[in-house]
Amino acid sequence: MESAILLETQDLEKNYTLKKKTLFGKKAEVLQAVNKVSLAIHQGETLGIVGESGCGKSTFARLITRLIAPSGGKVFFDQKEITAMAQPEVRSLRKDIQMIFQDPYASLDPRKRVLAILTEPLEIHGIKTAKERRELAYEMLEKVGLQREHASRFPHEFSGGQCQRINIARALILRPRLVICDEPVSALDVSIQAQVLNLLLDLQEEFHLTYVFISHDLNVVRYFCDRIAVMYKGEIVESGDAETIYQAPVHDYTKKLLQAIPKSIESNEE
Amino acid sequence: METTEKTPSLVKMFLKKMLQNKLACFGLLMIFLIVVLAIFAPLIATHQPNVMDTGATLLGPGQDGHLLGTDNYGRDLFSRIVYGSRISLIVGLGAVAVGSVIGILLGLVAGYFGGWLDSIIMRFMDALAAFPFILLAITLMTVLGTGLINVIIAVGIGNVPGFARMIRGQVLSVKEELFIEVTNSLGAKQARIIFIHILPNCLTPIIVYATMNVAGAIISEAALSFLGLGIQAPTASWGNILKEGKDYLIVAPHIAIFSGMFILLSVLGLNLFGDGLRDALDPKTRA
Repeated sequence: MESAILLETQDLEKNYTLKKKTLFGKKAEVLQAVNKVSLAIHQGETLGIVGESGCGKSTFARLITRLIAPSGGKVFFDQKEITAMAQPEVRSLRKDIQMIFQDPYASLDPRKRVLAILTEPLEIHGIKTAKERRELAYEMLEKVGLQREHASRFPHEFSGGQCQRINIARALILRPRLVICDEPVSALDVSIQAQVLNLLLDLQEEFHLTYVFISHDLNVVRYFCDRIAVMYKGEIVESGDAETIYQAPVHDYTKKLLQAIPKSIESNEE
Repeated sequence: METTEKTPSLVKMFLKKMLQNKLACFGLLMIFLIVVLAIFAPLIATHQPNVMDTGATLLGPGQDGHLLGTDNYGRDLFSRIVYGSRISLIVGLGAVAVGSVIGILLGLVAGYFGGWLDSIIMRFMDALAAFPFILLAITLMTVLGTGLINVIIAVGIGNVPGFARMIRGQVLSVKEELFIEVTNSLGAKQARIIFIHILPNCLTPIIVYATMNVAGAIISEAALSFLGLGIQAPTASWGNILKEGKDYLIVAPHIAIFSGMFILLSVLGLNLFGDGLRDALDPKTRA
């Protein structure tokens, strides 16, 4: 049974104009980072977006969170058009849509203690009293597998995996409905990757989250996602059920991607 | 409950690092001594700084109960230097406060917002910095008139471009950091991003620069007073004493030597302390 659509994009576009200097003055060249992407994300599911680097995955993520403005097209979240919202509305929307980024260290302000990092989202949105915020932060910290004592430390005292756990805790402390994970494990060791992925899965169950999971790693995506959309040069070339795409890819580019998976890993998987 | 959970506080960690640095401690000690001189000047000074004694001019150090001797009017040099430390410290700190507050605000705005605002602010800063400092100060002092407050303003304005440029450069790199985008994605307002995330991450070099600039401002005050544009006689300032001493370099070199030495020691102390600060403030080297 299909659940309700949480986020939908219609012909979403992002163009960058590159000015090139030629012998006869400047020439404008348009780079289409995201080209007419229409996707629907259902409540409670995990949608994987795969593609090579530079194909527009991250741009797409920033478009649906409105960190950058689209050149064309629309984004609907919970049936509200977020591309038409003014800044204050967008800010309060951020409570519902959170992001987890690739680089766990760079995502954390090096001058803030973990406690301050975790309570900041609540502070920004004026949720609860200072004391309740701290309690919630401790609670979140334990939920992501860290201890209360870690709250008074600085980010540089943690490993990459621990930092990513802190990022996850911060993203989830606002109890968002949609979490966009932009390559959340690709900067981590393989052994840590599995732990963080399992954590994300556990938290999805607990908080009824919807994930958009961006990755270049098809193995990770297959393990993690219900549906997959394959992105190539700014366009979605193929989308559908994860296992179907993995077993019977239709588009040439998807086939190539699957072939590119190192054989030894594939045999381990079987 | 929280106090028991906290790893050592920022201040404790900072102090620990500072105490390990011998040179910085030495610098801090010198600054401390000069601050003590300035605060307790009336208690420490052996004579009234401006009282002349025509019977005891140009006495050498230790003569007639004058610890560092007397100047050409027979005024006690030690007492004048002690009182002069007040002027030097006030000008040093005041000018840096004026320069850093204005410079930091301009630099933050220019660096964060960029575009035409950045161009206007920074070209104006360039113009200001293009003036030789003494020329700029002379112009300002001519317009404003002499006096302590005006010296602070003149030296402070001379300091603005340095602070603005430095913080703008920092902002340009910090604002591209991922955690700024993350804060944005949390729904933070620009003021929060600028003052709570960007500014603290720009501050380390600024604090070091400010410390060293206090030293620079003390020298600037001395230079202005030496040129007759700063603190006016008979008020004692180190620059004033040095200026008066230059006429008696042959017969009474101690006037210029002692006043110059205090300028040197305070500047040296501030610079050593500034170096120590730079190491101690880096969060990555915190133990």
